[in-house]
Amino acid sequence: MSAAAELTSQEYIKHHLTNLTVGEGFWTWHLDTLGWSVFLGLVFLTIFRSVAKKATTGVPGKLQCAVELIVEFVGDSVKSTFHGSNPLIAPLALTVFVWVLLMNAMDWVPVDLLPWLISTVGGIEMSHVYMKPVPTTDPNMTFALALGVFILTIYYSIKVKGVGGFIKELTTQPFGHWSLYPVNFILEMVTLLARPLSLALRLFGNLYAGELIFLLIATIGLFQLPVHFLWAAFHLLIIPLQAFIFMMLTIVYLSLAHEDH
Amino acid sequence: MNINATLLGELIAFVVFVIFCMKFVWPPIMAAIEGRQATIADGLAASDRAAKDLELAQEKAITQLKEAKSQAASIVDVAKKHEAKIVEEAAGKAQAEKEKILASGHAEIETERNRAKEELRQQVAVLAIAGAEKILERSIDAAAHSDILDKLVAEL
Repeated sequence: MSAAAELTSQEYIKHHLTNLTVGEGFWTWHLDTLGWSVFLGLVFLTIFRSVAKKATTGVPGKLQCAVELIVEFVGDSVKSTFHGSNPLIAPLALTVFVWVLLMNAMDWVPVDLLPWLISTVGGIEMSHVYMKPVPTTDPNMTFALALGVFILTIYYSIKVKGVGGFIKELTTQPFGHWSLYPVNFILEMVTLLARPLSLALRLFGNLYAGELIFLLIATIGLFQLPVHFLWAAFHLLIIPLQAFIFMMLTIVYLSLAHEDH
Repeated sequence: MNINATLLGELIAFVVFVIFCMKFVWPPIMAAIEGRQATIADGLAASDRAAKDLELAQEKAITQLKEAKSQAASIVDVAKKHEAKIVEEAAGKAQAEKEKILASGHAEIETERNRAKEELRQQVAVLAIAGAEKILERSIDAAAHSDILDKLVAEL
């Protein structure tokens, strides 16, 4: 916290909420978001792949048990909501759940630990170190996930119902009369577009707010330790809950896309 | 809120991760889980079958035991009857033997008695002659009077 002494709290918080970037304008890359998210995704896939390779139908090991627990949990969630046969939905839900969970879990890393490590190891002054290690506090991350789900929703809507069926779904309800079809279309478009928007913003908002409060707590001096502990304990609830909500809504939106009215 | 190229990068990462998960992670794990479920179901069914088999075997054993008992009882019955028959036969034979022995004894006694009688008769005849000799104090020609004596003996 040597840097915080030199900065005002406002500057301190702003500094911590700035990404490590390269590039200009639209072609700006958030290296911390990209790096941590890909790293965590690889952690997830490496662990699960190692279990998948050695998976036995006999007595499973402890790691296989843990992985199977998560897989079965996701599989049951998919089965209870999605009543079609689509080999993509369940692995998609698993990826979303575990990846988002791991990225949210970065919230537990103390806010100054990584900047301090980089500053100490790299010999760079703290105020020049930019590191935002929670990828889900970056709207680029959450919108990328939501956009992926949205594209799949549109794809399966058209694949299952056909282009005509999809357009019909967007125009002929909730009002049945032809003169109200434009109104229907506007309403349905709002509904359609609100889904990815709410999906992305819910995750981003929760995690960003959580991170912001961690930063606020970090500015209050000595009493921050018990308060940090309380807030981190509260995140035991928020982190898995947000991952679960994101997964469930992904399944729900995709199952809606498969439903033919 | 600055949306930029990071979104594209994350979108690509997302797609790659999902495809990898769909191809190499989900199917083998699910196969392992389902395989184990099948194994467990088979095991449970087998144990159910074994329990039923055991019950059947116990029932069978009980009926066989009952059958064996009744058979043993009937065998014992037959044996008892047989025994009784043998005893009866033996008793009959013994009775016959006894009667035979008695009869032969009686016959022997009879002949013995007859012989004794005969002897006695002879002796009586001799005595009578001797007595008569003494009474008459004279000799009687035994040969001449044998017909009288014989008559006497026959009367005795």
